[in-house]
Amino acid sequence: MFRTLQLIGRYFILMGKVFSRPEKIAIYRRRILYEMEALGMNSIGLTAIISVFIGAVITLQMSINLDSPFIPQTLIGYATRETMILEFSSAVVALILAGKVGSSIASEIGTMRITEQIDALEIMGVNSASYLILPKIVAAMIFFPFLAILSIVVGIFGGWMIAYVTGIMIPADYLDGLLLDFRPYSITYTLIKMVFFAYIITSVSAFYGYNARGNSLEVGAASTRAVVVSCVVVLLFDLILTQVLLI
Amino acid sequence: MIRADHIVKSFDSRTVLDDISVEFETGKTNLIIGRSGSGKTVLLKTLVGLHAPDRGSVWYDDVEFTSLGFRERKVIRKEIGMIFQGGALLDSSTVEENVRLPLDLFTAQSEAEKRERVDFCLRRVRLEKANRLYPAELSGGMIKRVAIARAIVMNPRYLFCDEPNSGLDPQTSIVIDNLIHEITHEYGITTIINTHDMNSVMEIGEKIVYIHEGHKWWEGTNDEILHADNAELNAFVFASAMAKRARRAAR
Repeated sequence: MFRTLQLIGRYFILMGKVFSRPEKIAIYRRRILYEMEALGMNSIGLTAIISVFIGAVITLQMSINLDSPFIPQTLIGYATRETMILEFSSAVVALILAGKVGSSIASEIGTMRITEQIDALEIMGVNSASYLILPKIVAAMIFFPFLAILSIVVGIFGGWMIAYVTGIMIPADYLDGLLLDFRPYSITYTLIKMVFFAYIITSVSAFYGYNARGNSLEVGAASTRAVVVSCVVVLLFDLILTQVLLI
Repeated sequence: MIRADHIVKSFDSRTVLDDISVEFETGKTNLIIGRSGSGKTVLLKTLVGLHAPDRGSVWYDDVEFTSLGFRERKVIRKEIGMIFQGGALLDSSTVEENVRLPLDLFTAQSEAEKRERVDFCLRRVRLEKANRLYPAELSGGMIKRVAIARAIVMNPRYLFCDEPNSGLDPQTSIVIDNLIHEITHEYGITTIINTHDMNSVMEIGEKIVYIHEGHKWWEGTNDEILHADNAELNAFVFASAMAKRARRAAR
């Protein structure tokens, strides 16, 4: 318990350094654009592939399980849409990104630590925490909501595609279901969640990388810890944010 | 001048530096020598503020560096250049981006001025055509030379080198040693080099400090080191055939 509190304390001390005044805004702007490409653009493919398959699977499973003359088929489109918007595109995509982006951040910064690149920045008088971590946090908080939108669109398309290809339901009913009882607030809710998750994934992973010591084995261990802790914190905040924003 | 005053540093229960006091002279190539694990790197990192001493203080001329906060240290750190053992170049940046980083962050120079300064520093270390290369594309010697260029780009008053010859062939080691020595005298820098290479000691060492098991064991010049009356130091120095030959020649 004491060690957990100590860890949380060290995390907040690091965040204090990260959010202190940047040396030169122009340099940070350039680094944010670089990180948007590294963390965001490079995750588009993975997000799209997983979303299209999950959208298709949800539609198939709904069709099989709701196969009753008393249940209108439009509900399948409705359920796919709600699942994609409310949970998959934010929480599940965030867990996937925690694996991909989180491990990459922790290992990148961890390697910089053990090869003295962070020390070199400190010697120059650079606030290394801010210089290395802040652009990643900002880039992810800007870009990850777009990944959530992409996931919703592609996932819903996956559902329609499977309905069209397999004929398990009438595609027109699926499209009608998509428009059924649509609340725009659901999108706002998912985007807010994604901004929080982006912060959690980048800051927690950067924390573990920044505090890596020793050799490559330690960097690997830090990367694993970063993914595990990011996932747990994302799930915890999924619960909290749902309670706060939806209920 | 850089002065360490009664420095004590421990990690867990192990004392790595035990009451070390030493003064490094301005405009000279000062060498810290000693066996692997003797505490040389910890001393160097304590001098630049990467490790906080448990007791004692570090002085840069008349300023007590160890008592300064992060923002106050920044002023002195802009006058420090450091060459790390592995070069410590940023992997995701090109040679040019590595060298110009301090200029980008801390100066108001125009693009043309920065480019000119970077080209000058790269020319100074004889690396004219490497601007667009990444660290992964460089040899060990080239990495060290880029590190030197980055260290001198801000015209530092103090230069620290942590085993600049490690992993280099003897010929490249001499090139790196001479480069550091030349730069030290050209710009009147206070240079501190951490090494266990006796070639460096004999060639460029103007003031030498021998560290043994966390204690300062001996200090003097490279002429004096050959005649020092110190068993530990002699065992270290004359483990090198080159030093033995130098002693025979001196006799």
